[in-house]
Amino acid sequence: MSGPSLPRSLQDTPQLGRWISFAAPGKVQVRTGKVELGQGILVALAQIVAEELEVALERVEVLPADTLLSPNEGFTAGSQSIEVSGAALRLVAAQSRRALLRVAATRSGHRPEEISCHDGLLRVDGTDIGLDFWTLAPEVDWTETIDIRTTVRPSRDYRIAGTSARRGDVLQRLTAGGFIHDMAFDGMRHARIVRQPFRLARLASIDRERFARRHPKVAILQKVDFLAFVGADEYCVHAAHDEAEAFVEWTPDPGRKSAANAPAAVRTEVRKVQTGHPATNSAIRARYSRGYIAHGSIGPSCALAHFVDDRLTVWSHSQGVFALRDQIAACLGLHPSNVRVIHVPGAGCYGHNGADDAALDAAIVACELKGTPVRVQWSRVDELSRGPLGAAMATEIEAALGSDGSVSAWKLSVVSAPQAQRPGTGGYANLSSAEALDPATAPRQVEDLPELAGGGASRNATALYDFPDHEVSVSLDTRSPIRTSSLRSLGAHLNVFAIECAMDELAVIAGLDPIAFRLRHLKDNRCRAVLNEVAAMSGWRPGDAGGEGHGRGVGVARYKNKGAWLAAVAEVTVDEAVRIERLWLCVDAGRLINPQGARAQIEGGALQSASWTLLESVPVAEGRVLPLNWSNYPILRFSDVPEIETRFIIDENEAPLGAGEAAQGPVSAAIGNAVSHALGMRVRDLPLTRERLTQLLLSDQA
Amino acid sequence: MTDGSHATDGQPRCRINDSDVALEADEPLLFTLRNRLGLTAVRFGCGLEQCGACMVLIDGEARHSCALPASALDGRTVVTPEAIAGDPIGAALLSAFELEQAGQCGYCLAGIMMSAFALLTREINPSRARIIEVLDGHLCRCGAHIPILRAVERAAGMLGKPGA
Repeated sequence: MSGPSLPRSLQDTPQLGRWISFAAPGKVQVRTGKVELGQGILVALAQIVAEELEVALERVEVLPADTLLSPNEGFTAGSQSIEVSGAALRLVAAQSRRALLRVAATRSGHRPEEISCHDGLLRVDGTDIGLDFWTLAPEVDWTETIDIRTTVRPSRDYRIAGTSARRGDVLQRLTAGGFIHDMAFDGMRHARIVRQPFRLARLASIDRERFARRHPKVAILQKVDFLAFVGADEYCVHAAHDEAEAFVEWTPDPGRKSAANAPAAVRTEVRKVQTGHPATNSAIRARYSRGYIAHGSIGPSCALAHFVDDRLTVWSHSQGVFALRDQIAACLGLHPSNVRVIHVPGAGCYGHNGADDAALDAAIVACELKGTPVRVQWSRVDELSRGPLGAAMATEIEAALGSDGSVSAWKLSVVSAPQAQRPGTGGYANLSSAEALDPATAPRQVEDLPELAGGGASRNATALYDFPDHEVSVSLDTRSPIRTSSLRSLGAHLNVFAIECAMDELAVIAGLDPIAFRLRHLKDNRCRAVLNEVAAMSGWRPGDAGGEGHGRGVGVARYKNKGAWLAAVAEVTVDEAVRIERLWLCVDAGRLINPQGARAQIEGGALQSASWTLLESVPVAEGRVLPLNWSNYPILRFSDVPEIETRFIIDENEAPLGAGEAAQGPVSAAIGNAVSHALGMRVRDLPLTRERLTQLLLSDQA
Repeated sequence: MTDGSHATDGQPRCRINDSDVALEADEPLLFTLRNRLGLTAVRFGCGLEQCGACMVLIDGEARHSCALPASALDGRTVVTPEAIAGDPIGAALLSAFELEQAGQCGYCLAGIMMSAFALLTREINPSRARIIEVLDGHLCRCGAHIPILRAVERAAGMLGKPGA
């Protein structure tokens, strides 16, 4: 599958020494553009480096992404870190080893292939030759370019990669600071931003006198429609922000240019395969939907910034420090070389949440308070309601069965709010406060992510099944006044839900078991394998009647149609609400770098998807997001968690594939199909809340 | 100005991790712990007592610190995640959390550990159902619930063994 082209990261930064350093004695320091988001990626990357160098894992230190020092590897997104960054670092480490051995050979008079490496010490015929990586490193030409032909260790020899190496970072932060929220500087000022309550809202009035009397220790900083409360004492600022509504009024400005002036929808044809087989009979026409979904980070977005000597430094938990740097620079009229963004871990973000917005917030305040370090933290309400949301979308499927009971024609069309509006996407800042400073920066033309990047609304819109007639189209609703951007798995969540529910609906019409019906249309052997395996794991009984509040359902997909395969079976009971009793998951993510980490990503993704599917939809009224907290935006709790059994199908010869987003679609579909099975009627609109099901049952009886 | 050491008469005082501390009367405990005492393992999640990231022990009971006014704490004893490693229950929990690799981003985890600590102080061998009941007020967005439950069970198992 993979051609002999250099991983993208290395094409952009081909110089060896930009990636790795042996300058610290006994340490291997690695620079990567990828960031730790709680997914455990840094330990997996360290394992890859340790493996190639044959050094102890503890010696490898993966340094935080920093626009001044790190290679630009774009965003840490789309389950690409293992596939792209892992492949890059494997070459980097292998080539470093080769370069070090070349120097050792010159020094010792041995041939490079006679020398072996033992945790950085070099030996010939089992005897130390008095040389190690760190004494040799200064003699290596680190400016050499990374070569795709560098030999890497065969995976059958792996001793570190492929093991469940433990992460130390989480444990460390259990009893100490370490998150961005915990950073503090002397003389630091705390800021809270009073956010626009709806898109492009204008500041109508601020009752400054009353505010000053009530909050004497808090200053007001206003720039156009950007409003910050600033002070030395965090609680004073926090308390003032809590009552901001009492002092600040906003007004809509219909004259402002905004996304609302954009054409309603841009339709793209993704795929059209027609063999001329006319549809025999239109079997189903069904529309599936989800609402907006909040990223719901447990830690609110946070950032620090410091402007000194015309240079701005920003600390952020962004997924893409380079793009963020460029957009901050553009918003503030600074040259990008005078802006440095350093990554510090935040709470899990699950996509593009408020992290970048908070970074610009802090940068704006820091530029006003030159020389003073500034810390911004969002409120819970802002975190849930004012950051970019996961896009609302609807997927409609029309399908027909042929006389043989197989699908003869399939037409899928997606209508979605924009799925990817990260800093810089489409040339727009896509930062909340950029719009507050200048409404003209609001995006007017939004396009879907290209297919090459896995698509956005079109992600997994093309079913993996072989249909003789297969049409897919995607329309982006660019008039949505709600700011939306990447949420884990993007369009794949609803598209897979829709496809897999439609397959069940068709199986019923064809009078076939859902799994047997799927297998009929599946040529992809690895997909067939996970599906067969999950059937075995769950003791799937073809023709199981279900009903009476108890049901089982299945869902399967290959993430982006080029990543990991996952099949899920869910078992549910439905009385007033849905309870997921058990989940069985079978995954093929190729060779695993860190099995425990991969399992955590799969099972965590499954539970998050269960939460979206059963509970989550952001309430929107008149184009405005209502203020949310955890009581009016509930998520899955400990008492809702099902038992999960996960099995990986592993072929050591297959390249490792990202695991973070493989579960969302199939698990959601399995739950949807199980609920339909339990109720004896179809559910097509998410979330499957108690209210939604009650409504559905009542309308069915009517 | 707001430093605890400049306590005046009548200011509430409490013990925090074995130190005697004067409290700002009009400030929730969380801000005192994080900003004045540098105890940053206590995390701000919501400020609304809804997520559990800020959990601490007050007289041995797990309590939210994000909205609890310091004035309510006069004469009480507060323990934060920073101080639990020296206790056998804390040590067992830390070890079990590491062995199970419980938690992904870890933001919710210190608070969860404090609730588990309070539980294991009272109950030697709690059932899975009981652990779920106690942790149900805690939110975890990464979906690390199952390893977390396993870790608490494992810690209980470690404590139950003689000589542990």
